[in-house]
Amino acid sequence: MSILINKDTRLLVQGITGNEGLFHSQQMAAYGTNIVAGVTPGKGGEWVMDGKVPVFDSVKIAAEATGANTSVIFVPARFAADAIFEAADAGIELIVCITEGVPVKDMMRVRAYIDQLDTRLLGPNCPGILTPGVAKVGIIPGDIAIPGNVGAVSRSGTLTYEVLYALKQKGMGASTCVGIGGDPVNGTNFIDVLAMFEDDPATDKIVMLGEIGGTDEEKAAEFIATKMTKPVAAFIAGQTAPPGKRMGHAGAIIQSGSGKASDKIKALEKAGVRVAKHPEELPDLFG
Amino acid sequence: MKIHEYQSKRVFAKYGVPIPNGKIAIAPKEAYDIAKDLGGKVIVKSQVLVGGRGKAGGVKLAKTPEEAEELAAKILGMKIKGLTVRKVLIDEASNIKSEIYLGITNDREKRMPVMMVSAEGGVEIEEVARVSPEKILKVHINPLLGLQGYQIRDIAASIELPRKNWKEFGVIAKGLWDAYNGSDATLAEINPLIITEEETMLAVDGKMLIDDSALFRHHDLAEMRDLDTEAESETIAREHDLAYIQLDGEIGCMVNGAGLAMTTMDIVTLFGGTAANFLDIGGGANAKKVGAAFRIILSDSNVKAVLINIFGGITRCDEVAKGILEAIEEVKPKVPMVVRLVGTNAEEGRALLADADMITAETLAEAARKVVAVAKEA
Repeated sequence: MSILINKDTRLLVQGITGNEGLFHSQQMAAYGTNIVAGVTPGKGGEWVMDGKVPVFDSVKIAAEATGANTSVIFVPARFAADAIFEAADAGIELIVCITEGVPVKDMMRVRAYIDQLDTRLLGPNCPGILTPGVAKVGIIPGDIAIPGNVGAVSRSGTLTYEVLYALKQKGMGASTCVGIGGDPVNGTNFIDVLAMFEDDPATDKIVMLGEIGGTDEEKAAEFIATKMTKPVAAFIAGQTAPPGKRMGHAGAIIQSGSGKASDKIKALEKAGVRVAKHPEELPDLFG
Repeated sequence: MKIHEYQSKRVFAKYGVPIPNGKIAIAPKEAYDIAKDLGGKVIVKSQVLVGGRGKAGGVKLAKTPEEAEELAAKILGMKIKGLTVRKVLIDEASNIKSEIYLGITNDREKRMPVMMVSAEGGVEIEEVARVSPEKILKVHINPLLGLQGYQIRDIAASIELPRKNWKEFGVIAKGLWDAYNGSDATLAEINPLIITEEETMLAVDGKMLIDDSALFRHHDLAEMRDLDTEAESETIAREHDLAYIQLDGEIGCMVNGAGLAMTTMDIVTLFGGTAANFLDIGGGANAKKVGAAFRIILSDSNVKAVLINIFGGITRCDEVAKGILEAIEEVKPKVPMVVRLVGTNAEEGRALLADADMITAETLAEAARKVVAVAKEA
């Protein structure tokens, strides 16, 4: 078992003919992910990846023809909101948006709209999902994690790889690894993923990687304290970040005293979460 | 991205918000001419992108064109919180009867814009929010619907705005929302919005922040960027599409990924050092970009040692190594360097760097410990 993706995932790639879209589609397919279709407006009828994957002009046509249930988006930022709306309206159940730099206005409109539907959005500005040994949707390198019982959820990409790698070095594997992305307005937050891990029989413990900005970690702490039975260990990045500066991620900013790492760490520790001083300590916290 | 008061007010005016008559002067004589055209009594306002201009003596009332010229001469060239005043706005003076605060920003938790209003305008709204939050009225705006008429009437009633100003206020509130929404702003603020002795309304001060990610669709706003507000190295970094923030420590950091870059700063501090910068080279960086990043780090004279921490995913470690070698060749750095390469093509990368005089590390903790040690020796 796993969360969000599994053997039944039928993946559609929006922006499959672009450089990044094609490269990562090849990586995903090589990992065993079932890619059933690609979408690039104006290139419908073509085939990519050695003629194995058909390209369609729209998500609606592609989903009807192939039964795709999950979409991953690699389109440029200016087209990302449109691509999400398109996938949502075509009835795609899970939309994973990798694209970085989507305007926050677009994301507020996206959330206001898709919250009325049964679609789940992950991202944007996220590395996607990896269920080791089964499938991956997004850009997480497959070889850095082995199958196991640790669920991982993170706002950051390479920091996640760092932790998966540290777990692997100690012989520990992951059930599923989920990157929720570094933007201030995103589709799925910590609480959504923590709830899924709590219900997932394949997950026994969880690592959560937060960072400065917003209050999602504080909300997660409240959720962990009141709703979760599985142990959670965490790391919060940005303890030395200066206030008022955006640290690479659009959402990683301390504003008017809110979003500080120290507040997040305090809230998590109060909720019984073990917080690592640095990411390589995390595997040991499960003891 | 911040834009100046005069620019913000011009954007507001485009959407129907009434602003004082005024013009920009870059020399005292211009201030004289503008003041004369405006009838003599004007406000001379320094245009720098920091708060507290008034307290610093950067905003003054002039009763005559001669006085405007004198004040402009004093204010132009003045330093306010480290920034030099290069422009002054000469605005026609108004007779203020009362002041209101009106602003819009994004409520991150509720994922929608929020209009904030206070009958106590003219003061620091953050101070009001801290001391007496009940004095600020908040009205959330559904991003799919926009600001609705009833919301504006609710606001007018709540702040006990005189009925005769309701219609005017409706135009201003709607105009501010349209300016905010139409410019992809993350803050649009009129403070104060005044009612004059003549009982009309006027936006006498304005402030806007624009979402950097949306500048691709606002070329007119993108051109307003004031390079004075960022370090020269930050400007160069932005031109190379690198996320770089200069700090005041001693260890230069080059990392891929924002979360890992912050973590690297944190761990350097944890092991007793201080970070000279935040630097994320981004995903899939090529040798050229890495070289630019490296040169930016080394241009900081505080840097006593460099830590390169790359977790290869989309980014290939051999590409990073090539960039480092090219930059070393060109810059010939004298500071010690610690490098840690893990992930995609790490072995190839390490092989490339084998002949360069660099200290290697396997883990992040080891890398941090080593770089702190060599920085202390330097």
